[in-house]
Amino acid sequence: MAKLDVVIATDCGSTTTKAILIERQGDVYRQTCRGEAPTTVEAPFEDVTRGVLNAIQEVEELSGRQILDGEDIITPADGNRGVDIYISTSSAGGGLQMMVAGVVGSMTGESAQRCALGAGAIVMDVLAANDGRLPHEKIERIRHLRPDMVLLSGGTDGGTISHVVELAEYVAAADPRPRFGTGFELPVIFAGNQDAKPEIERVLGQGMALHLTENIRPVLERENLGPARHVIHDLFLEHVMAQAPGYRDLMSWTSAPIMPTPAAVGQIMQTIARRQNINVLGVDIGGATTDVFSVFTAVGDDGVATEPVFNRTVSANLGMSYSISNVLAEATMANVVRWLPTQIDEADLRDRIKNKMIRPTTIPHMLEELQIEHGVAREALRLALVQHRELAVGLKGVQTERTLSDVFDQGASGDSLIDMMALDLLVGSGGVLSHAPSRSQTASMLVDSFQPEGVTQLAVDSIFMMPHLGVLASVDEKAATDVFERDCIVYLGTCVAPVGTGKTGETCMTYEFTIDGLEAAGRQTSLTFGEVQLLPLAEGEEGDLVLQPSRGWDVGAGAGQELRTRVRGGVVGLILDGRGRPIHLPDDDTERRECLSRWNQAVGLYSQDGEGGS
Amino acid sequence: MAHAYTPGLRVTPGTALRRTRRLPMKGEVLVHDGDVVQRQQVVARTELPGNVRTMNVVNRLGISAEELPDFMLKNEGDPVHKGDAIAETRPLIKWFKTTVEAEIDGTAESISAVTGQVLLREPPLPVEVLAYVDGTVVEIIPDEGVVVETRGAFVQGIFGIGGEAYGPLHVISTGPGQDLTPEAIDEGCAGRIVVATGLVPHAAIDKARQVGAAGVIGAGIHDSDLRQLLGYDLGVAITGAEDIGLTVILTEGFGRIAMAGRTFDILRDCHEREASLSGATQIRAGVMRPEIIVPDPDGAAQTEATPAGHGEGMGEGDALRVIRAPYFGRIGKVGELIADLQQVESGAAVRVLEVEFEDGTRAVVPRANVELIEE
Repeated sequence: MAKLDVVIATDCGSTTTKAILIERQGDVYRQTCRGEAPTTVEAPFEDVTRGVLNAIQEVEELSGRQILDGEDIITPADGNRGVDIYISTSSAGGGLQMMVAGVVGSMTGESAQRCALGAGAIVMDVLAANDGRLPHEKIERIRHLRPDMVLLSGGTDGGTISHVVELAEYVAAADPRPRFGTGFELPVIFAGNQDAKPEIERVLGQGMALHLTENIRPVLERENLGPARHVIHDLFLEHVMAQAPGYRDLMSWTSAPIMPTPAAVGQIMQTIARRQNINVLGVDIGGATTDVFSVFTAVGDDGVATEPVFNRTVSANLGMSYSISNVLAEATMANVVRWLPTQIDEADLRDRIKNKMIRPTTIPHMLEELQIEHGVAREALRLALVQHRELAVGLKGVQTERTLSDVFDQGASGDSLIDMMALDLLVGSGGVLSHAPSRSQTASMLVDSFQPEGVTQLAVDSIFMMPHLGVLASVDEKAATDVFERDCIVYLGTCVAPVGTGKTGETCMTYEFTIDGLEAAGRQTSLTFGEVQLLPLAEGEEGDLVLQPSRGWDVGAGAGQELRTRVRGGVVGLILDGRGRPIHLPDDDTERRECLSRWNQAVGLYSQDGEGGS
Repeated sequence: MAHAYTPGLRVTPGTALRRTRRLPMKGEVLVHDGDVVQRQQVVARTELPGNVRTMNVVNRLGISAEELPDFMLKNEGDPVHKGDAIAETRPLIKWFKTTVEAEIDGTAESISAVTGQVLLREPPLPVEVLAYVDGTVVEIIPDEGVVVETRGAFVQGIFGIGGEAYGPLHVISTGPGQDLTPEAIDEGCAGRIVVATGLVPHAAIDKARQVGAAGVIGAGIHDSDLRQLLGYDLGVAITGAEDIGLTVILTEGFGRIAMAGRTFDILRDCHEREASLSGATQIRAGVMRPEIIVPDPDGAAQTEATPAGHGEGMGEGDALRVIRAPYFGRIGKVGELIADLQQVESGAAVRVLEVEFEDGTRAVVPRANVELIEE
């Protein structure tokens, strides 16, 4: 393999193009410099390369390395001149928007959805033969959507042909127009029953850019999402990106194919999970959408671990600015208000949230405004996880053999793969988490919304570098993981949360906490129900915990079972969360506010003496 | 003098403006380069394919899908009229014959021997694009549309609902900060665009709708009134397609807030002049704000209005409004652009500036929380 000492990577977002410089220092790779510039996809520039060049120029100025020769990227690196590779991701112009279809909504429909989401797309709608809509309603819906491409699946190999052809007929009848380029044919990927191919070609072969690939669900018991995802990526480059202004040039500059930003984030998550052999849950909360990524290894009934399963979901209208009002609508006012430690008039709160929606770039000036945004963020994150749990499930429709011992176990095929007790690392990303005035606020938002169980490491992506590292991982995994560990992630600490419920003040767990074999003086040894404790455990430090949950409580080893574990520190420390699961807030308003104040004080949430911003 | 970039809404008594008027798909452009056009004149036209009706013929005839072509009376592409027999069985005894009739007027689009479905398509739906503003065609986009240029007063709002509307501006308020009341609206407002400089409550908008007003322009609205108006809670700020009987544009935001003096002055000077307005708002990449255009072909020509945020930036003395609590809605001017990051009450260390308010008081606010009032 050619030498890889210097990498320049860009992420072309909807509003900002971010460039980072990665250099090898001895045996490890480090991110050494970053620059950013406004994205230039839209008027008046209409050429994405302008923004890329501007961002790279900023890196040049800050690093002292000459990267550009006019408008050419100098390769390979030679001393303080040039780079070895240039790579990029893109979500400009709204990212990749797809419509998917499957015969049965909960089977091939869900598989098609997982396939498109994992490829980095936003799924605009899922069409299914059994979705309850009348044919003309389906056709109307397809017509009104202007997707970048359509993924049509359905039928296992050798299974139904007529139902999948029926879906193809609806697509053909609707004749949806692509979002970009009035004169070009809409790409349609067929990844269903292979026996239906001739009929599909007959129905969709004219007037659409039809691509046939392997079935995403060849048998009910197995998904085969890889081939269709590759076709999606290829078509993303050939059709969608090539239509966007300046992208043809940009594609010729890069050393690896340009990836959709969320696909790249998924790539780095999977790389980290595989290399560290851990379960990872990641969230990226933006202004308009919230993405949730997970890599979980399920343990089968036979005790054997399965291959890690990657899932991604996009909650298209859960965000902190453009769609903040929708969070309020979906979560309900009561759920947002429950996180506010002060009393606020409901009508006033509604007006404030709407004002944030129409002026999305404003920031909280007052503490009360910050608390409102953090309350909304908790609910957006909570709802995004609910949606993720619903899609990150085992395959539905699979017949399982059940024995007598299973009679009392009502778990069916289609159980969620998201097991919070098995979660090892929870990573947050996005403005409200990355730029919170104190890191304890970030940790608190993650814990309150995701409610991790047992022992879970918490981290935040400091400057949204994961997309760059995802595409880098496709070139050199070590370089990507080096930078991820050292420069991308800020470790917040570890959360220990026993699962159970009880009465306020009852002991839910006792513990021994030692650092380098020494018991830290003055540390409490019991955690009571309803209590939150924060113990110092700095970044780079590790400590040993012996956890003894009370009867009926579980920290990961089973109810009442002792757990010995080593925990990693961070800029916040070790959070012991005795609030039980699910976290319950008192119904009485005064009690609720007192309770919140107690929790907030325990972790120094709004004392403004936190670790500092971004 | 120090400068900083900040978004701003354009508010100007006289400017040159261009508006692109494009069809949703290719069609026919009806005007020529240089033509003078009126706001409600059709400048381009096309036909959208008609709606589709699916008919499961095999079920109705009790046959299998493969047999369908043998029982069809119409072929793909044939015109059909509602009630026409399109398929029928041919039993030995005529009495047992089953016939399937077309449910719509249109054409037989497809006949599937796999699914047994017959798709009928209704006649095409005409789509027309209007000029939107009185002006001159300055560019033809072949088969797609035109660019129309006009001159006149231009006010960008912050948020709107409803589509394009036209009518004379009818300014009710006599100064900034006056709420609109139902009593102030009478039959004389029919076909007009009612302008008030304070809060526009639901009751007043409803009265305007009842008397047939074309639009309402106000400074602020309560979210509860917006919900009542729409019948649902607006989650995402993408508007323009609401069918509420009139167009509503807000110049300042949500809550009780006074219209900026300069905006009021411009609108007052346009009293009873014909205006074009659009409530369409989209607050994402490719920001779209609602707008009020009052063409004045003989007025002083200035340059094309620059989009918000692309101006020369913010300098000391520039007029601005604060767009977030605790000074939300207050008008002032840029005092000092403070270079160092400062910690504000929320605990965040941010870039700030000093604002000098109209009453002479001063305050330090985050730069992200001010908006230039651009001219």
